[in-house]
Amino acid sequence: MPAPRSASRPPAHRAGRVRGYFTRHAQNLVGALGRLYDQPLASLMTVAVIGIALALPASLYLLVVNGRALTGSLDSAADVSVYLRREISPATAEALAGRLRERADIAQVRIIDPEEALADFQRLSGFGAALDALGENPLPVTLVVRPAHRQPAAAAALAGELQDLPETELAQIDTEWITRLDALLDIVRRAVALATAILALGVVIIVGNTIRLDIQNRRAEIEIIKLIGASDGFIRRPFLYSGFWYGLAGGLFAALLVDAALWTLSGAVGNVAGLYDSTFALQGLSAGTVLALIGLGALLGWLGSWIAAARHMRRIEL
Amino acid sequence: MIRLQNVVKRYPGGRDALSNLNMHLATGDMAFLTGPSGAGKSTILKLIGLIERPTRGQVVIGGEATSRISRRRIPAFRRRIGMVFQDHKLLADRSVFDNVALPLVIAGVGHRETARRVRAAVDQVGLSGKEKMLPAMLSTGEQQRVGIARAVVATPPLLIADEPTGNLDPELSFEIMRLFKRFNEVGVTVLIASHDLALIERLRGRRISLREGHVVAGYEPAAAGGRHAGPT
Repeated sequence: MPAPRSASRPPAHRAGRVRGYFTRHAQNLVGALGRLYDQPLASLMTVAVIGIALALPASLYLLVVNGRALTGSLDSAADVSVYLRREISPATAEALAGRLRERADIAQVRIIDPEEALADFQRLSGFGAALDALGENPLPVTLVVRPAHRQPAAAAALAGELQDLPETELAQIDTEWITRLDALLDIVRRAVALATAILALGVVIIVGNTIRLDIQNRRAEIEIIKLIGASDGFIRRPFLYSGFWYGLAGGLFAALLVDAALWTLSGAVGNVAGLYDSTFALQGLSAGTVLALIGLGALLGWLGSWIAAARHMRRIEL
Repeated sequence: MIRLQNVVKRYPGGRDALSNLNMHLATGDMAFLTGPSGAGKSTILKLIGLIERPTRGQVVIGGEATSRISRRRIPAFRRRIGMVFQDHKLLADRSVFDNVALPLVIAGVGHRETARRVRAAVDQVGLSGKEKMLPAMLSTGEQQRVGIARAVVATPPLLIADEPTGNLDPELSFEIMRLFKRFNEVGVTVLIASHDLALIERLRGRRISLREGHVVAGYEPAAAGGRHAGPT
């Protein structure tokens, strides 16, 4: 009789201990939140500082995302404008366009005949009267060729080949600025990584300092529960959860800040995009990014409080 | 239960709080540490609770030499000792219930079991019905009872108290000491530091008298040739 009892008891005991472990953590989690709520102003200030520190890399990140979307949306930027010789007739141009459309490295060819070009020019340039005085249309037939591959290098190679055609007067592309924008975005991308690292360190220090003050304020309490036999882990736990909440709330606050900034900017960006005939709209933080931001905040908060607790708990030697 | 052998405790600054002290308290015994202030009463209790370590000599508690207990194992060791302090050391912002429950919470005892044992301990010290009060709402004597309830709630085999009646009038002191005696009667080993000789006389308790870091009376030699340490 005693044998089966003793055999069946340890698992039940262990299950109880595991349940107790989770119960204690849950109590600490809620308890830590309660303590932050007890000092709303101080907690909010800490959360705000963390939020601002996290909002900066988050907005830089959005700048990169939007920059990439912008260069992607400017398909026409890689188009090659081929101005044909004056003597080339629209019919010949049509035949040439047909031949070009066959090529695998060309996605699309559009013909702008001289009358259309002139009408556009008159409308957009404001030189209408002067052009009327010319009497004759000075503009050639133009082919707008869209490369199949939109990398600047491919477009440039294609432009070179088109330049060599006997019918071509001038083949022109303007990919230079795309190259420059890409280079700029690359710098910003590195800046994001750097800013994230520095500001993450900042968050760890902010949380660490807050927890350090918290430990000092509750030194008497820590001493008492140490005398009663609390382990370092037991004493540390509520502080770790405080740090976790600070970081989590800070991440949430950062997401709100970035969203608010986007909302403020979206009107102006819409105006500019309208001027360029573009449907480009600012991209906000995706749900995944928001979660990552909050998760990063919580992780950094936890880390900061862990370092502070490990450092300062040792000083309370009893 | 408690054995101190040739213990020297020297604090920084060169003063010897204990000099070559020998002392023994058997399991189930109850004794009072007496002597003028500075005689080493508190130091002995601190050595037992591992709040201090001896400079030389050996402290054995429950058969275990404290010198073998690493820093990491101190918490588990302390949970087997109930400690009562002169200034109670209660958490001011927690209720009586939460204060008494603390050792059980630390030990990871379940909710229902904790509530049951806290009620029993609070009842034993005569504070039933005051579980929800904060320590500041209680009298000094009542606060000390909360401290005692907290010390015994996890049913430790050893109870030590440092001047537990230091701030109480004679009647309340007597009540508190009777409480300790009741725990001793159910098998708990009890060691109390007190300078209140009249009270100890009234309780007819065994005395271990200290002067300048030595036991001057009441030392009971252990089986293996203990010397009666006197002033040298």
